[in-house]
Order: sequence, then structure tokens, then C-alpha cells
Amino acid sequence: MMQALGEFLVILMILLNLRLMGVSRLGACVQTVAIQALVIGALALLSQPKPGFWTVALVAAATALKAGVLPAMVHRAMRETGVVREIDPLVGYTLSVLIGTGMFVLSLMAARSLQVPSAAGTHWLVSGTLFTMLTGLFLIVARRKAITQVLGFITMENGIYLFGVTFAIHEPWLVQAGVLLDVFAAVFIMGIMVCHINREFDHIDTNRLSDLKD
Amino acid sequence: MTHTYALFHVLLALTASPLLLSLINRVKAFFGGRSGPPLLQPYYDLFKLLRKGAVYSRTTSWVFRAGPVVGLAAALTALVLVPLGNIPALSAFPGDLLLLAYTLGLMRFFTVAAALDTGSAFEGMGASREVQFSALTEVALLTGLAAVAAKVHAVSLSTLSSQVWAGGLAWEGGATVLLASGALLVVLLAENARIPFDDPNTHLELTMIHEVMILDTGGVDLALIEYATAIKFWVLSALLVSIALPLRTTVPALNLALGLGAMLILGVVVGCIESMMARLRLVRVPQLIVAAGVLSLLAFIMAVG
Repeated sequence: MMQALGEFLVILMILLNLRLMGVSRLGACVQTVAIQALVIGALALLSQPKPGFWTVALVAAATALKAGVLPAMVHRAMRETGVVREIDPLVGYTLSVLIGTGMFVLSLMAARSLQVPSAAGTHWLVSGTLFTMLTGLFLIVARRKAITQVLGFITMENGIYLFGVTFAIHEPWLVQAGVLLDVFAAVFIMGIMVCHINREFDHIDTNRLSDLKD
Repeated sequence: MTHTYALFHVLLALTASPLLLSLINRVKAFFGGRSGPPLLQPYYDLFKLLRKGAVYSRTTSWVFRAGPVVGLAAALTALVLVPLGNIPALSAFPGDLLLLAYTLGLMRFFTVAAALDTGSAFEGMGASREVQFSALTEVALLTGLAAVAAKVHAVSLSTLSSQVWAGGLAWEGGATVLLASGALLVVLLAENARIPFDDPNTHLELTMIHEVMILDTGGVDLALIEYATAIKFWVLSALLVSIALPLRTTVPALNLALGLGAMLILGVVVGCIESMMARLRLVRVPQLIVAAGVLSLLAFIMAVG
């Protein structure tokens, strides 16, 4: 039963990744990232055999941060810049989804050759986390708007987080707390950056930042 | 014994398939706050059309007259090949899932050929759209079926549908089947020209796909096409129900009742989807079908991986 639930959540995570690649509205992207953070929190709890109080508390805190605070900050940046959708991405949406499927196959192959502790989870979970990281990287590369790139960054962190929680047997929380702090700081700075870029250039298209302006 | 039930299923489909479409119309009417047409309206329409004569344009050839007949024949062949839950198909053999897909393909080919035969640019446009979208849906349909077939190690639709939920609700392949079912639902909507893809009621020329191809047919031919459409909807619904319905018993009569109940629920679901969604812009249609194909592909990867 737990196994079936775990597998269901992994598939949900994979589908959310694909949705992230296939939608143009930034609001929908933010929502997807938030839902994904919830799913990943649930998966992190499921992957522990007997979660103690501190484990639950840490997962809850991290999930609240990533499903609540970070999306709210990105939303705020969206509202202040007035950007609601990614127009004309570097890689089209249909192609993105197809590339995403290819990346999933790649991460499946990578997960098979990885030697992971078998108790930690199925190879679906490993490939799902690798796929989440790749999705984040892909979003950073293939989208123009700074906000989408921030979302890609959060997605990548989601993948690293789950990978770390599931497979770092000794002291996973120490690593996680560090990564999470980094991401929090990064999103914080990027949120401010996005606003500044927007105020300075009247757009947040990162490809046009190199154009000189008086 | 099971053959009796298979025959019963086919007879039921022959008589009741227009009813399924009118159920969808009633659901849509309910959402719109209307009382809707009577449940037997499709039958009245069919009888009205059957009593009429037909007018053929001088540009058309035998292809135009063959279109509706071959279309109906292909739909009936598909009906013989499709199971309903644990009720096997009337004719079942290994590899019949390919035949089912290509029977539907033959039906589409002749509809398109008849549309092109009229020489109308307008119908040619519809034919072009139909072919473009169905090229994508076929991938989703076949990959989805291949995923389920790979999971249960069966290549006959009837064995496939009787074994698919044999492991109970907590079966580990359930995820694969759910993904494939999602893709098949999109295929059902796209192939039958239902709302996110095409509006069966519309006659607005810019966005029509299916309706535009039959603008020049009338009388008996139109009745054949309408009836074939209803049968096709039944066939694809039965296919979806066979794969997605997890409730199975050992009593054939109960299985038949469960399958029919699931078909009715599916009709209501389609009606709800049609009432709540707007039709997609034409450029967005391939995106959604490709998404369904990706779902199928994911199911396939999970089945073999």
C-alpha cells in the first residue's frame, strides 16, 4: 500500500515536471512548483522508515517554506513586474515536453546504473529526482524570463532535496538545511534582482540584458 | 457462455449507441439550465434522414458514395473487435488491437476521401485538419495500448482487458494503466470530435474539423455517417472502460452491468468536460494531443522499465 502510494506520488511529480515545461502562464508555473514541493515533502516522509519528531518537523518546515513562502515571493515579483506569461520561449512548449520525455528516459537509464541503497526506494524514485533536477536546469536554459529561471532554480533544488533526504543516510538534514538556506537566500536575492532589472530596463528578458542603454 | 454475453454487448451497442450521445447532450443541457432534447432525439433524426433521398453533385464519383458505407462497415467491424470489461469481444485473437486501430483508420480514410471527392476547398481544409490531428492521436492510442499490453503480457484486447485488473486494486501496474487511461480519454475526445478539440454542434467554418467534411452529404448517407459516429464513440468508450474499470467480478451478467454503468458514467464525464471547457484554439489542439502521447509514452516506459 505504501509502495503504491509512493509510486503514485513519484508519477505525480514527473507529471508536474512535464506540466512545468508545457505551460506558458507564469501563475500556473508557480502553482505547479508549489504543488511539487508538497508532493516532495510527502515523498520525503514516506522514504523514512520511522520518522521521528524532528524529522517530521524539519520536513514540514522545508515544505512550508517551499510550498508557501517561496511561491509567494515569486508571485510578488510577478505582480510588481507585471509579467504574466512567458511569450516566445527559446524552446517551444510542445518541443519542451518532448525533450522532457527524453530527459526522463535518460534519468531512468542513469538511475539504473547508480548504486543506491535498495531500502531507500525504488529506481522510479531515483529517476524521478534526477528528472526533477534536469527539469530545473532545462527551465533555466530554455526560458527567457528571469522569473521562470528562478522557478527552474527552485525545481532543481526540489530534486536535490529529495535526492539528499532519500539517499544520504548519515546526517541528511545537515546537508539539506545548508542547501535550503542557499536556495532561500538565492530566491530572496533574485526576487530583488528581478524587480531591479525590471525597473532599470522595463523588461525581465535576460537575453536582452546585454543591449546597452543610456 | 461468455460468447452469448459478447453477442449481447454487440446488439446492445447497435441499438443503444445513439443513446450515449444523447446522454451527453442532456448533461450539457443540464449545465446550461435547459431541459434539452428528448433522449430519443438521435433516433428521430436517423429515421427522418433514412426517409429522405440524396442529391449528389456532378463532380463526385463513386468514392463519395462509398465513404459513408465503408465508414459504417469499418465502425461495425471495430465494434466486433472491442471488449467491455471482462466481457470478451465477439471476435478475439492476438494482435486485434492493431486491427482495431487501423479499422478506425480505414473509417477515417474513407471519410476524408469522400470529403476530398466533393471538390470543395472548404471540405478539403477540414480533411487536412482531420488527418493532421489523427496522425497524432494514433500515436497516443497505439502507445497507450502497447503500454497496457506490455504490462499484462497479452496482445489480444479481450485477454488484456480481462487480466488488467486481475491483481486487485493495489496492483503495482495500476499507475501504468491510469496513465494510459488518461491518454485514452484524450484520444476518445479527439477522435470523436468532442469539445476541447471540435464542437459537434458547430457550423462555424473557421474551426470545424469533423462536421465540415460531411457538409455535402445528406439523406441516407448522412444517417449512415451519424450512426457510424455513434458506434465509434461506443467503441472507444468501451475500450477505455475495459482498460480503466477496476471493478471486476466472476459473474458475467454483473460484469456486463458494471461495464454499461461505467459507460454511462463516462458519458456523463464527457458531458461535464464539454460543459466546463471551452474549445481549444486550433493551434493548441496538437499540443494537447502531444501531451496525451507523452502520457502514453510515460506509461509505456513504466511498463517496460
